[in-house]
Amino acid sequence: MLSVDQPYEIVIGLEVHVQLRTTTKLFCRCATQFGAPPNTNVCPVCLGMPGALPVINEHAVQLALQTGLALGSTIPPMTKWDRKQYFYPDLPKGYQISQFDLPICDGGHLTIADPADESQTRTIRLIRAHLEEDAGKSMHDEANGRADSRIDLNRCGTPLLEIVSQPDMRSAAEAKAFLTELKLLLTYLDVSDCEMQEGSLRVDANVNLKIEKAGDTIATPIVEIKNMNSFRAVERAIAHEAQRQYHEWEETGLTIEDRTKRTFGWDDAAERTVPQREKEEAADYRYLPDPDLLPICLSTETVEATRAALAEFPAVARQRLQADYEIKAYDADVIVNQGRGVVEYFEAVAKGSGDARRASSWIQQDVLRTMKEQGVGIGDFAVSADTLAELLGQVSAGKLDNARARDVFQHLLEKGGSVAEAIKALGIESVDAGEIESLCQELLDANPQVVEDVRGGKMQAIGSLIGQAKKKNPNVNPKQFREICLQLIESAG
Amino acid sequence: MTIPLDSAAKLLGLLASGELTARQATQASLDRIAATDPEVGAFTFVNTEAALAAADSIDQRRRDGQPLGVLAGVPIAVKDVLCTTDMPTTCSSRMLENHMSPYDATVVARLRAADAVIVGKTNMDEFAMGASTETSAFGKTTNPWNPSLTPGGSSGGAAACVAAGDVPLSLGSDTGGSIRQPAAFCGITGLKPTYGRVSRYGLIAFASSLDQVGPMAFDAVDCATLLNAIAGSDASDSTSLPVETPDFTAGLDRIEGELRIGIVKHHLEAEGLDPEVRQAVDDAIEVFRDAGAKIVEVELPHSDYWVPTYYVIAPSEASSNLSRYDGAHYGHRSPVAASDAGDRGPLVATYCRSRGEAFGAEVKRRIMIGMYALSAGYGDKYYVKALQVRRLIRQDFDSAFQNVDLLLGPVTPTPPFAMGEKIDDPLQMYLCDLFTVGANLAGIPALSMPGGLTSNNLPIGIQLQAPPLQEAKLLQAAAAFQRATDWHTKRPL
Ligand SMILES: [Zn+2]
Repeated sequence: MLSVDQPYEIVIGLEVHVQLRTTTKLFCRCATQFGAPPNTNVCPVCLGMPGALPVINEHAVQLALQTGLALGSTIPPMTKWDRKQYFYPDLPKGYQISQFDLPICDGGHLTIADPADESQTRTIRLIRAHLEEDAGKSMHDEANGRADSRIDLNRCGTPLLEIVSQPDMRSAAEAKAFLTELKLLLTYLDVSDCEMQEGSLRVDANVNLKIEKAGDTIATPIVEIKNMNSFRAVERAIAHEAQRQYHEWEETGLTIEDRTKRTFGWDDAAERTVPQREKEEAADYRYLPDPDLLPICLSTETVEATRAALAEFPAVARQRLQADYEIKAYDADVIVNQGRGVVEYFEAVAKGSGDARRASSWIQQDVLRTMKEQGVGIGDFAVSADTLAELLGQVSAGKLDNARARDVFQHLLEKGGSVAEAIKALGIESVDAGEIESLCQELLDANPQVVEDVRGGKMQAIGSLIGQAKKKNPNVNPKQFREICLQLIESAG
Repeated sequence: MTIPLDSAAKLLGLLASGELTARQATQASLDRIAATDPEVGAFTFVNTEAALAAADSIDQRRRDGQPLGVLAGVPIAVKDVLCTTDMPTTCSSRMLENHMSPYDATVVARLRAADAVIVGKTNMDEFAMGASTETSAFGKTTNPWNPSLTPGGSSGGAAACVAAGDVPLSLGSDTGGSIRQPAAFCGITGLKPTYGRVSRYGLIAFASSLDQVGPMAFDAVDCATLLNAIAGSDASDSTSLPVETPDFTAGLDRIEGELRIGIVKHHLEAEGLDPEVRQAVDDAIEVFRDAGAKIVEVELPHSDYWVPTYYVIAPSEASSNLSRYDGAHYGHRSPVAASDAGDRGPLVATYCRSRGEAFGAEVKRRIMIGMYALSAGYGDKYYVKALQVRRLIRQDFDSAFQNVDLLLGPVTPTPPFAMGEKIDDPLQMYLCDLFTVGANLAGIPALSMPGGLTSNNLPIGIQLQAPPLQEAKLLQAAAAFQRATDWHTKRPL
């Protein structure tokens, strides 16, 4: 993607740390619940007390397996635990139990829509996904000239799955698309809640540039941007880092051979990437197979049973909604991207009302807009799928017009109850054809110009009468009114 | 009456018949400790009040006719590497001076459940690293047979307190011979069970893949009784074996079937094997031959690699296990670091100073060996290679046990050596483990029993080794030997 504005190509690889949705930690039975008072969800094991030993949480292994299978990874028959050793105050054992050379998921890929051309897809390859325990949290209180450091170890031992991509992404937009699709997949599988503000999904990005110069391709030194916890931050950090690297290269001319990988952080307020510590040489983690834990052996039966029981993936759901409900690819996309709850809601409304396209359009417009305004998820939405299905069924049957249906919908949102109750409360009555006919005749008589216009081919002239008709009788169905008016004009002609 | 603190079996008989109360037994033990320990120095902590309270509770429950555990009222001492909630757990290190564990080790909990009376914690080489108990930060333990000699190590305190007649039973831990070698030096019987037979939960780790808790007593019968109380799988230790625990005291009065005893000629001709030790082994062979055993020569082709393999694996795991002692969460924190951090900053200064101040020379030496062996570029050369050799060593034992039931040989190359004799020569000290580390590398059970006295009236140990989970066979053979000989009845003067 070379251009005058951007005389380089960005190369991006992502490392995504996903907190798995277990109720207890990876190696002990402490709760993983977020927001507990500091150091309350802890025990000798996750505190790394002398003598304590880890015991694996099988549920975490199961969730990692589900994720790997959904990502098309190979699941090796044997995977083991390793200690990654470094000193840090929020790492109580002096090592993190992780997986080094035999991760639980090998390879895999994720297909995303190409942000540069929505009609195309891009396949981002994965290197691996491995299980590891999270560390604690250091909090530095430098108020009043003090330099207090406090450590909260509640998060220690929380199960993480680290998903590592190949450096296959070529723009910040692609990185964002990858993360969006990954998050959607993880929530469909229900393996993680992906709450970024709670740290359930954290991203490191490895970024460098390929610059064309005099027929040669030069690669700039790699920078790892650590611990970003919003998609917006990822997008902006990558964009900023690309520019920074280009300027740095212009100034120094240093290439990937001249400098080892450096670690940067993203300063959200200043909107720039900042160096964290210079890695003069690759960190030596002195990996050691953890002698306190047995290797995990996953049988073919376990893997296949898990594969068979996997929830539907978003990509499959998109295809299925188009095929089963005859809705457009764009509409299927919007619905699926809202998550599994909205897909289930849509399907219930489509089936219940017998009108999938109307269901699709109502959900995309009215339901999603209201959810956004109210800040609620589909699970807490006030109008149930059955109720909306009944309402839309009446619209399809011509018993209600869209405008009146919206009044009913609004009433249901505010007051609850059934469709029938709402219709009654709003005073909506069906108007019989004879009554409409006399109203049409009355208005046509009063507006001869409209009759002239229609005869002259300006059908839309009737529109000016609809408002008047509605004033005289709010229950008039505009579509019916228009049809009858046209009939009357024609028969009078 | 004299209270037989040399035999748990006799004591249990007197307690059961009501001739003796648990309080009397406990008080006798405490009195004996008060008399002997100023010279022997076997204890790091004596829990007088709690022991008497536990004894009273046992007596009360016996009077009430309530069921009691298998060790009801027997005084016992535990090595200070095992976590206890009611006594400090120090590993004989400044690092854990005054450390109170928030939980009991599984074996300690099982002792309490068996109604044993835990009278105190015993001295050891710092973090179980050593063969003489001279590396303890809290003073040396002397050999009750001769105060100028070491009791061996690292379970020197646990062996000395039994030899001194303070308690009939104690618990030690064995990583490379740390139960068997001090048992040999102090003239008692000690058993290192199969790796995984006894839970390691709450055993402060030295080298996790080698460590095992085991019983120490005057004779094999008492070892069996104590093993009954502590053995069995434990959900808190992933490496504990999911096997049934037989009654190790059953059938100790006979040997079932023909006993084939293997002799490793290579070991008996080893350079540095003391002639008196060699003579004791030859005598023991004759005792078994007289009892009808068949003596078979076997090969352990890789035994020259035992010590080098051990001294790569054990320090590697130790360097990792001891990372948690960083001055941040518990244990010793350097008071200097905060006020005078120097160039390194307060965090790194805290790590360096705390570890520098609180670890002794031997611990530091092993941490450095381990860090080196695991470091980038060396891991494959040393650690991975050692693991490969370890597999060959295991295969050697497997092949040998195709033809024999047990292996018989020396425990140590020499009788007890003098204080200070080897402390400044680590390589000489490491050679004390020459005959014992094989069992740890292979994970097999091994036992040390008294097999003679030197011309200077010092104990000599005989080692028996068995295939995995064959502790019953070991104990049967040792009990048979002890019926035929009286070496185990010899006492320090
Ligand atoms: Zn915990």
